[in-house]
Amino acid sequence: MARIENAKSIGEWLDQRIAIETLKKVMQTEYWIPKNINFLWAMGMVLAATFGILLVSGIFLLMYYNPSVDLAFDSVNYTIMTEVGYGWMWRHVHGVGASLVFLIIYIHMFTGIYYGSYKKGRELIWISGMLLFVLFSAEAFSGYMLPWGQMSYWAGMVITNLFSGGSLHADAFVEWIRGDYVPAQAFLSRFFMLHVLLMPLLIIGAIVFHFGTLRIPHVNNQDGEDFDYAEAAELYKAGKVKESKVIPFSPVFLSKDVFVMGVYFTLFFFLVFYHFEFAMDPVNFDPANGLNTPTHIYPEWYFLWSYEILRPFSTNVGLIAFAIAQVIFFTLPFLDLSPNVAPANRRGLFHLWFWAMLVDMLVLTFMGKLPPQGIWSTIGLVAAITFFILWISLPIITKLEKKL
Amino acid sequence: MSSRRDFMGMALGGFTALGGIGALMAMKKTWDPLPSVKAAGFTTIDVKDAQENVLVTEKWRGKPIFVLKQSKEMMSKATENDKKRLIQIGDAHYMVCVGLCTHLGCIPGYNAADQSFLCACHGGMYDATADVTKAPPPRGLDIPPFKLDGTKLVLGETGPEYEKMLADGTTLKV
Repeated sequence: MARIENAKSIGEWLDQRIAIETLKKVMQTEYWIPKNINFLWAMGMVLAATFGILLVSGIFLLMYYNPSVDLAFDSVNYTIMTEVGYGWMWRHVHGVGASLVFLIIYIHMFTGIYYGSYKKGRELIWISGMLLFVLFSAEAFSGYMLPWGQMSYWAGMVITNLFSGGSLHADAFVEWIRGDYVPAQAFLSRFFMLHVLLMPLLIIGAIVFHFGTLRIPHVNNQDGEDFDYAEAAELYKAGKVKESKVIPFSPVFLSKDVFVMGVYFTLFFFLVFYHFEFAMDPVNFDPANGLNTPTHIYPEWYFLWSYEILRPFSTNVGLIAFAIAQVIFFTLPFLDLSPNVAPANRRGLFHLWFWAMLVDMLVLTFMGKLPPQGIWSTIGLVAAITFFILWISLPIITKLEKKL
Repeated sequence: MSSRRDFMGMALGGFTALGGIGALMAMKKTWDPLPSVKAAGFTTIDVKDAQENVLVTEKWRGKPIFVLKQSKEMMSKATENDKKRLIQIGDAHYMVCVGLCTHLGCIPGYNAADQSFLCACHGGMYDATADVTKAPPPRGLDIPPFKLDGTKLVLGETGPEYEKMLADGTTLKV
């Protein structure tokens, strides 16, 4: 057994048994973060905090939610909204949080793309991050089913129908997913289970993994500069804080994060208390009805870009395009053939590619919300094709890129 | 097999894998539709009171079922292929199909004046026999399995008329 001596403090007592001093060093005081970063580097902790808030608000909603097709709608819209003390607040926090978490995920992603933070040595950070994106998407979709309104039902119908694989007609597979011929009790119960247990567990695991992938390659910085962390750390520890290129994660970097979070949560709670309606689709305030389709079915704003990639094509082509769009971002570290780790504005054509991709996804998002008619259909189709042209051109333009 | 330890490792690994496969099969079965859900999948509808060019919507397996008695005018417009989609009972012809768009499953609306269906979700259109006339739907509305019993149709059971439709490709299995 290790040498256990009489401890003089609780900290020492714990340290002798579970080495908390070492743990603190590895994860906080000697986890070095470069100084040359900006507020966009705070998005990770903003996301972690938002996830925490979703978890807490979810726990309180879970106390009164009733996952039965007869009672779900009323348990949300009547019990939670009107009877439960501050029930409305938990619901709006949960709804706004679910929407904003995607806004921050997209900012986080595009920050990574802009600064080349997915390159050699950091591929796993990118891949685990994309895995989190997929898991959050599944979490958001399963949660959207729970109020059992018209949009819940029909989104459930349309999205599960995607799994029939177009001409493959795998209807039995779709019925297996649903546990019934249409979304009904079995469907609601299993999506409830996914939303409150399985998906959150996987998300927590993936967050731990995502943090883990970051520890060895360290976070990128504004110039993509590769410097000697050990040397910079020695300088910092020797008291030459100004000369060193790094700061410890905690408490120094975290205090910066907390400032950004302060700004973010001001916006967050402004939305929760004054503009929660943006996260509440009016169509979903009609109870689910399998014999009446809403005139216009659309997903929440964060899925619109991929929905618009599905929509302008015939069934099979649309499905294949949609499937590729869902996973194509995973391949970014391998399609970008340039060795340069630098912000996009120093990378020639890639700079153009970055903004073209961002604008294209915004266009897809807006078109996905509009009815598929006339000029909107055409713009949507062009934007969807542009999306694929951009991905095909990525290896070519990065191959031609001059080494910095 | 270089050592006893390797052998024991392989044996343990093998049995663990078998157990894992068994567990996966159990999980798959747990997700299957329940027998009670399957058993509730039969509905009998009577078409004797249906009126020409008036759409009747019934419910089978939670899905809307469209029944449309064809008028003389509709029959004269229908092609040979369209007629294969219809169910003949006595002298009357009926279109009976699952009222879910074959694109992504929205419910098309019927316009009696035009004698056509329009799906508002993505703009697909169907004629009075529910055959597709405008993309994106890849095919006409699916015909549910049925068995004739006088003027009644038992949906969910398979009769010879339905088997013929399946065999000649008029409809896909729903």
